[in-house]
Amino acid sequence: MRRIGRDDAPQVTIEFEGEPLTARRGDSVAAALLAGNHRSFRTTPVSGAARGPFCMMGSCFDCLVEIDGAPNRQACMIEVREGMRVRRQRGAGDIGLGHSTGGGREDTP
Amino acid sequence: MKSRYDIAIVGAGPAGMAAAAAAAGHGASVLLLDEQSEAGGQIYRAVSRQNFKDRNILGSDYYEGLDLVSELASSGAEHVTGATVWQVSPEREIGVSKDGTARMVTAGQVILATGAQERPFPVPGWTLPGVMTAGGAQSVLKSSALAAPDAVFAGSGPLLYLVAYQYMKAGIPVRAILDTTPRANALRALPHLPAALRSIGALMKGRRWIASLRAAGIPFIKHIEDLKLTGTDCVTGVEYRRGKRWRKIDAAQVFLHQGVVPDVNLAMAAGCAHRWSAAQLCWHAETDAWGETDIPGIAIAGDGAAIGGALAAEYLGRIAAHGALHRCGCLGRAERDSLAAPFRRALAGEMRLRPFLDALFRPPRRLRIPQGDATIVCRCEEVPAALIRESVALGCLGPNQLKSFSRCGMGPCQGRFCGLTVSEMIAEARGVGVAEVGALRLRPPVKPLMLEELAALAVEPVSMPGKR
Repeated sequence: MRRIGRDDAPQVTIEFEGEPLTARRGDSVAAALLAGNHRSFRTTPVSGAARGPFCMMGSCFDCLVEIDGAPNRQACMIEVREGMRVRRQRGAGDIGLGHSTGGGREDTP
Repeated sequence: MKSRYDIAIVGAGPAGMAAAAAAAGHGASVLLLDEQSEAGGQIYRAVSRQNFKDRNILGSDYYEGLDLVSELASSGAEHVTGATVWQVSPEREIGVSKDGTARMVTAGQVILATGAQERPFPVPGWTLPGVMTAGGAQSVLKSSALAAPDAVFAGSGPLLYLVAYQYMKAGIPVRAILDTTPRANALRALPHLPAALRSIGALMKGRRWIASLRAAGIPFIKHIEDLKLTGTDCVTGVEYRRGKRWRKIDAAQVFLHQGVVPDVNLAMAAGCAHRWSAAQLCWHAETDAWGETDIPGIAIAGDGAAIGGALAAEYLGRIAAHGALHRCGCLGRAERDSLAAPFRRALAGEMRLRPFLDALFRPPRRLRIPQGDATIVCRCEEVPAALIRESVALGCLGPNQLKSFSRCGMGPCQGRFCGLTVSEMIAEARGVGVAEVGALRLRPPVKPLMLEELAALAVEPVSMPGKR
């Protein structure tokens, strides 16, 4: 997808699969990835098929990605933040027992 | 956020914003909870920070939302953004998560304004990356000024044509519009035309979108009976059938749409009664004249109860607010009735067009019920149509039993994108009505939440408002 119209929103740099990706403030993670021409966000736990965002309103759960180490985050519902590390989710995602997701997290499930 | 409010409203779309604004200012404490970072819902998404210079791109109907947003902001209602509601109990205890912390809020009166979502569109390849809903396309257009050049729009209904029209206005090339509206629908809609003609303005708007798309030279192919999206890791093309003939066009982005249906998960999980609507082919909440459900103190306003569109939702939100104010003792009966009267009149006017639209854009059976065995029905658990038919052949009577046969409806979306398909498929296979088959039983939490959030919930007894 590409940006149209006036594009003077402040920039935010996130990381996707280890590579820097420039987004705009107010973008959801899904919008930022789509703007970077990434359509496939994850593979499914059942068959390993590729999936990307479908509904863009938090209903379908097809845009799940790993954000700052936490899996199963809805890319369409979470806004980009400077320095955010986003990875494709592979299968069910590693729930990382012992990994704390609390404390200072600004995004909301 | 306090732990108790007189009136709590879930969802800040047109119904929720109007309900909150109308309820505040009558002496009641009013809470509005919404998952997004700003008011507007889907229809008025990002309206207060829109930066398209040309207002013609998104159109004047969209900017109407600005009035509601500012009315809400000055109303005195407490609007909490980024708040995910995962439960409403019959005792009106609301489970809500914000910033990774879950809490319970109780309310004397609850108004659910959860709105609509797009109807499932189970055709081969609908799970491929690069395939999105038309509503999804519009979401990123509104919130991030993002568009996909040379996309194919496939399906039926006003939103499909509107988004294509908005693309055209923005100068984004559209590869084609593949219209799946059945030829026979026009005849079925005809009896509703006289009533619809009284809303001639709205009727002509839709005609103008389509005429402009055609005048711009965008291929608008009508009466398509079948669709297949092809590709392996991403969508690469669309195959479509008219009559006996299949054709194919290349597409790296496809937007699907065949109408919207109420988002019923929260209301059904609360236990509110629903009935099958044969006209809208979805579940409608049983509500009274004030939007109140069969559970005292829980009302539903807007598209979450039945599809009526943004303006109807706004009026229904105001009507529900006056009903709730009366029930919590803030408004007398006569005052309630007179304050709500203008909105009832406006609502009646707004609903005149609806039966015509429902009939004209009724999606065909073959695009609601997958014809092929391999077509995915449950996107989350990747359950193909064949497994559902086999389960019914083995004696599975309804969608809840089907869960144990197939895991269908048990993934994170909790049946939002398979529930209607499953109920209709089972009904067809058993030769009974959808009402008899019923819906997937929905339970809280209706949105996933972290176990640690649940575990950290305060355990001291929550003070319960008196039951009526």
